[in-house]
Amino acid sequence: MYSFDIRKADSVAAAAALIAQTGGRALAGGQSLIAAMKLRLAQPGTLVDLAGLTELQGIRRDGNALVIGAMTRHAEVAAAADVKAAIPALAALAEGIGDRQVRNMGTLGGSLANNDPAACYPAGVLGLGATVHTNRRTIAADDFFKGLYETALGDGELITQVSFPVPTKAAYVKFAQPASRFALVGVFVAQTGGGVRVAVTGAGPSVFRAKALEDALARTFTADAAKAVRIPATGLNSDLHGSAEYRAHLIPVLAARAVAALA
Amino acid sequence: MGANETGPIGQSVRRREDQRFLTGAGQYTDDVTMAREAYVYFLRSPHAHAKISGIDREEARTAPGVLAIYTGDDLVGVNGLPCGWLITGTDGKPMNEPPHPVLAKGKVRHVGDPVAMIVAESLHQAKDAAELIVVDYEILPAVVNGVDALKPGAPQIHDEAPGNRCYTWALGDKGAVDAAFAKAHHVSKVDIVNNRLVPNAIEPRAAVASYSRADESYTLYVTSQNPHVERLLMTAFVLGLPETKVRVIAPDVGGGFGSKIYLYAEETAMVWASKHVNRPLRWAAERSESFISDAHGRDHVTHAEMAVDKDGKFLALRVTTTANVGAYLSTFASCIPTILYATLLAGQYATPAIHCEVTAVFTNTVPVDAYRGAGRPEATYVVERVVHQVGVDLGLAQDEVRRRNFIRTFPYATPVALTYDIGNYDATLDEAMRLADVAGFPARRAEAAKRGKLRGLGYSSYIEACGLAPSNIAGALGARAGLYEAGQVRVNPTGGVTVFTGSHSHGQGHETTFAQIVAGRLGIDIGSVEVVHGDTGRIPFGMGTYGSRSLAVGGTAIVKALDKIVAKGKKIAAHLLEAAETDIEFADGKFTVAGTDRSKAFGEVALAAYVPHNYPLDKLEPGLDETAFYDPTNFTYPAGTHICEVEIDPETGQTSVVAFSACDDFGNVINPMIVEGQVHGGLAQGIGQALLEHCVYDRQSGQLLSGSLMDYALPRADDLPTFKVGTKVTPCTHNPLGAKGCGEAGAIGAPPALINAVLDALAAVGVKDIQMPASPHRVWQAIQAAKSGATVAA
Ligand SMILES: Cc1cc2nc3c(=O)[nH]c(=O)nc-3n(C[C@H](O)[C@H](O)[C@H](O)COP(=O)(O)OP(=O)(O)OC[C@H]3O[C@@H](n4cnc5c(N)ncnc54)[C@H](O)[C@@H]3O)c2cc1C
Repeated sequence: MYSFDIRKADSVAAAAALIAQTGGRALAGGQSLIAAMKLRLAQPGTLVDLAGLTELQGIRRDGNALVIGAMTRHAEVAAAADVKAAIPALAALAEGIGDRQVRNMGTLGGSLANNDPAACYPAGVLGLGATVHTNRRTIAADDFFKGLYETALGDGELITQVSFPVPTKAAYVKFAQPASRFALVGVFVAQTGGGVRVAVTGAGPSVFRAKALEDALARTFTADAAKAVRIPATGLNSDLHGSAEYRAHLIPVLAARAVAALA
Repeated sequence: MGANETGPIGQSVRRREDQRFLTGAGQYTDDVTMAREAYVYFLRSPHAHAKISGIDREEARTAPGVLAIYTGDDLVGVNGLPCGWLITGTDGKPMNEPPHPVLAKGKVRHVGDPVAMIVAESLHQAKDAAELIVVDYEILPAVVNGVDALKPGAPQIHDEAPGNRCYTWALGDKGAVDAAFAKAHHVSKVDIVNNRLVPNAIEPRAAVASYSRADESYTLYVTSQNPHVERLLMTAFVLGLPETKVRVIAPDVGGGFGSKIYLYAEETAMVWASKHVNRPLRWAAERSESFISDAHGRDHVTHAEMAVDKDGKFLALRVTTTANVGAYLSTFASCIPTILYATLLAGQYATPAIHCEVTAVFTNTVPVDAYRGAGRPEATYVVERVVHQVGVDLGLAQDEVRRRNFIRTFPYATPVALTYDIGNYDATLDEAMRLADVAGFPARRAEAAKRGKLRGLGYSSYIEACGLAPSNIAGALGARAGLYEAGQVRVNPTGGVTVFTGSHSHGQGHETTFAQIVAGRLGIDIGSVEVVHGDTGRIPFGMGTYGSRSLAVGGTAIVKALDKIVAKGKKIAAHLLEAAETDIEFADGKFTVAGTDRSKAFGEVALAAYVPHNYPLDKLEPGLDETAFYDPTNFTYPAGTHICEVEIDPETGQTSVVAFSACDDFGNVINPMIVEGQVHGGLAQGIGQALLEHCVYDRQSGQLLSGSLMDYALPRADDLPTFKVGTKVTPCTHNPLGAKGCGEAGAIGAPPALINAVLDALAAVGVKDIQMPASPHRVWQAIQAAKSGATVAA
């Protein structure tokens, strides 16, 4: 770790101003950022700690949407009665992230801003067609995830909350990478007002929607329909834990399991 | 002292050391603090293979807080790190033993090879300074795979090892094996890779080294399994210091699994530098540093063939192995794939002829050395995989093919140089089958099939040689050290007993087990026995803990010292009781005149020894403090059968270990709970190897791809079933405890049981072969290949 300053602000606006002024970085749960700093892979001169900003906290039902503050910890989402009632798949997704320590520290906003290619939340946000609110604007999920560790967020732009439209039904099935237990492949399937959405994490450089699966499931929402879909391996990740072909194979298999879980 | 602390030998006495471990009161190397400490950081090679054409440290030297920076050329008078075992090749020549510099000299040979040592006021400053050192590397082509390294044109790693060959060595009667193959009814063959593992003790390696100008002596706190061996190698071979001037202390150590046996570069450089800087120096590895600097394990590529007759009787076994020893020879690297491997290839079977040829090869990888089991897991994996194949080829049930070949007469001289003293392999197989409910398996398989899942059952009937070792045999085989153990029993004037043992406990529970032996043998309360280990300043001598030797060898040394205590106590008691020494009996903590009720308690005799007012001073020295060295006459041979049941999801390739049953024969057991704990830990590691753990280097760049726990999969509790374990006992015939050793059995027995189970499950879909680890990806690929009729990729 290199030396750094850590600062606190008393509002999101003040935090954003501090970040702009110092060229620093937001600190949420620190579960990705601190690890990178320890390995000297990240070298922020200043960290602006978002913990304690009440504007970024809380889970509430707002009409047909569930609104979750950026600083809400994974463990809170997993345990929240509102989430379990409205979108149980999201609570289950949060419950399946990392271990207890990670879930007690890691946040929704941090996970989305980080956009790890194997992270779970991006699949939930994209699969549900959520809207990301920042201190500057609102960004539709379809426009938010831009590539490997890349998002639509500008410099100093902070996620404040995420609004998830409540789906008819949804399920997330994660096939864990054996070592990290991030998603080797994770598939989020949702039946929403806007049709069937299928978001895939772990398989590509960034979360993506599997159009072929969405179309197939729009026609018949059955496990067999999902299983019959062939996903091309081109462009998918290949590493120690799985070839692109293997990941391509797992996508419809996991989608079918998600659908089966909803039957 | 709790009520549970009274029962001695054979009782599950709770581990006395756990109070401090579980409450955070353990004192590990990194807990040791000294005044005026400075911090050490090692700059390591980012390249697998490169020439160093220059090191510029000018800017680093003047960076804030920097006290000193050393590179290989600065270590004048410091020799290379030694290898403790000389192997003589089939060509009659000694193995190629290239220098292993403490800090790289002119060349780096693996990612993580230490290049410079930075000493600074803080760790932070040392790391900052390291970034200012400019090393001029000329990158060379690298080779990381043992088989690749032997190919013509492979990059040459050492001038002293042409063709990257360390040695080619063989054991067994080749002529007899060839003759048996010529008349065989059938030959079963397997090609196997024993995957490279990274040990990952929970406590990373660490050291605190200091120098005293007052008496020109050094003190080293270090994470070691054998502080005397560490001191001997460091002083005699590397630093040229008298042993009397170096004290090595291995305080609480959080796991070793072999990786802390060796003399490493870091602590050696630190001892040397502690005098030059004249400050105590501190270093602790980070996890990512452990991955590229702790000795790795396994990494064999093997072809094995078993010749059998029409009844499935084994006629001969032929094994050819390439063993990747890494970039340099680690302390015991040379004997692991030879002496501790080929000698175990008889397994539990009366195979009349066995021949094994091993080529050890240098590669651009971290050195490989003993890792839990050390050679014996590799041997067991070969034997039990090929035995499974015989069963498959001949259509024999897996228990039947084993039973037809079990050794049943003891002592039994194997064709690979060992003599098994005792065992009962039918007993452990029967019990394992009962624990595993083999009879109910067909129903479980059918039920799984209804759910679209594949079930399989796999057997492993392993043997290991523990209790290292008869020193004369080891010496004849090339050992450069003895392999006895020392124990000292000091009875204090008021009857408390301090035991000094050369064994080292780094999780094994010696403080409890050894105290049980002493309390049981002396008939005293366990609470008055203290066990001291891990300090060359306090222990008479010690060869340390590895190879499941502590109880069989270290425990026996204590027993021998106890015998001397009792013998002397009898003399004292005879005087006090005015009886003949030959009439004194010792039992239940009392010296009694045979056939009378006249007796002296152990404590009274101890007091008389230290307050010798009424004492035979003309014939007997005062005091009650005895030391014994014990050199075993044979190895011990723990054995057993492990049965693994897996369920495979053919859609994803995911293998779940649904049941694991192990019946082991460890000889007499002192503490059943500790033994069960050792079995559980070993099984977790064995299952880890077979299912999850895989150290992978990039074949082009030589970079370690599985260099962190994000990519190197250690087993977790939820990867494991509830183990069913049992024991059968045939006491070891040649040590007074009748003990054989239990620390490695799980890691040895489990891998073939698991892979055989996977093969049994996958046979239904036409898969004939799979390599460890049976990761979901691999299993899926094997199924795909079988479906398409292709041969399965390794
Ligand atoms: C052992 C382990 C296992 C894990 N397993 C999983 C898993 O299975 N699935 C999974 O999805 N994740 C997993 N994670 C990651 C975890 O979910 C982290 O919480 C997440 O990656 C980052 O969230 P954080 O709150 O810790 O963010 P931080 O690490 O604090 O920050 C990450 C990045 O986001 C930025 N940032 C943070 N908050 C905001 C904001 N409000 N607006 C803009 N930028 C912001 C930071 O500046 C930084 O660049 C795991 C992590 C660990 C350590």
